Amino acid sequence: MAIRERMSGNEAMAVAMKQINPDVVAAFPITPSTEVPQYFSNFVADGVVDTEFVAVESEHSAMSACVGAQAAGGRAMTATSANGLALMWEILYIAACSRLPIVMACVNRTLSGPLNIHNDHSDSMGARDSGWVQLYSENNQEAYDNMLMANRIGEHPDVMLPVMVCQDGFITSHAIENIELVEDDKVKAFVGEYNPKDYLLNKANPISVGPLDLQAHCFEHKRQQAEAMKNAKKVILEVSEEFAKMTGRKYGLFEEYKTEDAEVAVVILNSTAGTAKYVIDQYRAEGKKIGLIKPRVFRPFPVDELTAALSKFKAVAVMDKADSFNDAGGPLFTEVTSAMFAKGVFGPKVINYIYGLGGRDVRSTDIEVVFNELLKIAETGTVESVYNYLGVRE
Amino acid sequence: MAYNLKEVAKKPERFTGGHRMCAGCGAPVVVRQILRALKPEDHLVAGSATGCLEVSSFLYPYTSWKDSFIHNAFENSGATISGAEAAYLAMKRKGKINQEGETKFIAFGGDGGTYDIGLQSLSGAMERGHDMVYVCYDNGAYMNTGIQRSSATPKYADTTTSPAGKAIPGKQQWRKDLTEVMANHHIPYVAQTAPIGNLKDLYEKSEKAIYTKGPAFLNVLAPCPRGWQYNTPDLMDISKLAVETCFWPLYEVVDGKYIINYKPKNKLPVRDFLKPQGRFKHLFKAGNEYMIEEIQAEVDRRWEALLKLAGEEA
Ligand SMILES: Cc1ncc(C[n+]2csc(CCOP(=O)(O)OP(=O)(O)O)c2C)c(N)n1
Ligand code: SF4
Ligand SMILES: [Mg+2]
Repeated sequence: MAIRERMSGNEAMAVAMKQINPDVVAAFPITPSTEVPQYFSNFVADGVVDTEFVAVESEHSAMSACVGAQAAGGRAMTATSANGLALMWEILYIAACSRLPIVMACVNRTLSGPLNIHNDHSDSMGARDSGWVQLYSENNQEAYDNMLMANRIGEHPDVMLPVMVCQDGFITSHAIENIELVEDDKVKAFVGEYNPKDYLLNKANPISVGPLDLQAHCFEHKRQQAEAMKNAKKVILEVSEEFAKMTGRKYGLFEEYKTEDAEVAVVILNSTAGTAKYVIDQYRAEGKKIGLIKPRVFRPFPVDELTAALSKFKAVAVMDKADSFNDAGGPLFTEVTSAMFAKGVFGPKVINYIYGLGGRDVRSTDIEVVFNELLKIAETGTVESVYNYLGVRE
Repeated sequence: MAYNLKEVAKKPERFTGGHRMCAGCGAPVVVRQILRALKPEDHLVAGSATGCLEVSSFLYPYTSWKDSFIHNAFENSGATISGAEAAYLAMKRKGKINQEGETKFIAFGGDGGTYDIGLQSLSGAMERGHDMVYVCYDNGAYMNTGIQRSSATPKYADTTTSPAGKAIPGKQQWRKDLTEVMANHHIPYVAQTAPIGNLKDLYEKSEKAIYTKGPAFLNVLAPCPRGWQYNTPDLMDISKLAVETCFWPLYEVVDGKYIINYKPKNKLPVRDFLKPQGRFKHLFKAGNEYMIEEIQAEVDRRWEALLKLAGEEA
């Protein structure tokens, strides 16, 4: 029987890590992800895991130690946020190109500057081209479930890529909510053993990792990396299906909420999707046909599936909790619209809202503004402004 | 067993020839000798920071490393190897390592990757107490990127970012004493050595460093004919002069106790070490005598401080 509990998103991620029992956790404190290594070091102190906890002196070293540990043949995990993720930047790319399926709990926080500890997505969005699989989570349950699936996805022989599981700092990381945990033995069986083909600690077959790789071969290696990311989509779906059989909780590439007959929809990552669902229910009671698409998988980007899903709407608002400072739109918006263009999906009018930067509260009334605008566009067929800011004093 | 270079050299090579380091380079001599100090039955996981050693020994698809080797980036050799060591401990605990002998962990870094950009990563790895050795091969500049100054570059040396110009005669700062910095981490074993003579000092210190439980640090002088501008065949002479002038004393700090391994009977003037090197050419121009005098005074001061630490009188 599943275990009913109440806990925060951070604790949920830490519990998932305990159940996975990785070989190495190397982490450094930063709000709001600090609790993850704190909980985890308690598990180590109490002897309930076999893990070596490496209390590094920086996030750069956290990711570096994870690379060393994973290349050695172990399972390595870490947790971070914002500036911590930024400090790892250089090594994120090296982890991915070295095909090391490290797993990271990324508790989203505004990337400095200015210094701000609250939630937006500027940290993980900046790392979107680092070669990591990125999974987003609306609440503690999804954060936990994504963590349990992360190793299976990253370690699949057709993938062998690191995986970042994101959830919103404070909003879900610190909010205590109901959760259903999976029993330890079931997790153990589901996650399985990590038995890499080649690893540093294999005396019988020593290897060298991380070469100088020049014009003759580098491009082929990058091409293989791109293929691995492509393969990840199928693997994510397979692993999610297996997970659903175990738990009854179904996950795809994105969640569709009340989209069947919807005329307009918003595309939102993480916790704000919850607020949008509330507004949708209210508006639906008034007969307004609105819905939500909540991407779970941002890397790989589900171009075919997402554009097919969006093609049925008259108007779509893509919501970005990160700005690209490009006078063109946030990262999710530019990816969604370029995917639609590439797939010849020209039906829907698409607009962008940058919202919630620096942890600015996003209320249901803010989401109402978005739906009202979309309904107007659906009716008139005209877009007044494509690139918009929501809930900011101008 | 007494040290015998002929015997030691008979051990199977763990760092093979065919690498692309320049002729007369100190680094490969140093690395090969350090690896000879490993017991044949032990496996090695070595790492290197980006730098001459790494780019010349592991250019895809060729590797000079017969054991396992990892290069991650420039500033994180210490952290990377500490992670591998941590995985070893956990995997042993889980019963996942079933092989004869032990696995040893050695992180290499140039002076740039160690004194400068990688200092934090090194310090962290040593402080955390991993059972590993960190080896700095110190050639006194960023050689791989074309001889830029580092905090290990000696004062007045001509480098491409501290050029000996008309107004400023080379590097203006004294070199950082990293061996002392590491000794003050109070780790079990710290040593400073150089490839001289029959390489006995280097071998014995490597053996101690590798087989001392816990973190160990070796600072090894590794002359670079390109950056130092000496005659390629003179590698061993240059290292010897560094030691005989006390520019680079051979000593170790074992559990906090300082031991000077070699005290020259006739301490040579530092100019003997500077003279054969093109990077100090301008010091020998008329009017620049004060530079050599300053360097001599600093070498003397540091040597005397070291004697004091070792409880010896000058
Ligand atoms: C973060 C970063 N900054 C700069 C570089 C460029 N870089 C590569 S090797 C190197 C110098 C290496 O110097 P050192 O560590 O002394 O080794 P050497 O080449 O002298 O043996 C530099 C500056 C880099 N690879 N990464
Ligand atoms: S440049 Fe200097 S350090 Fe680099 S390989 Fe050549 S001699 Fe060795
Ligand atoms: Mg150097």
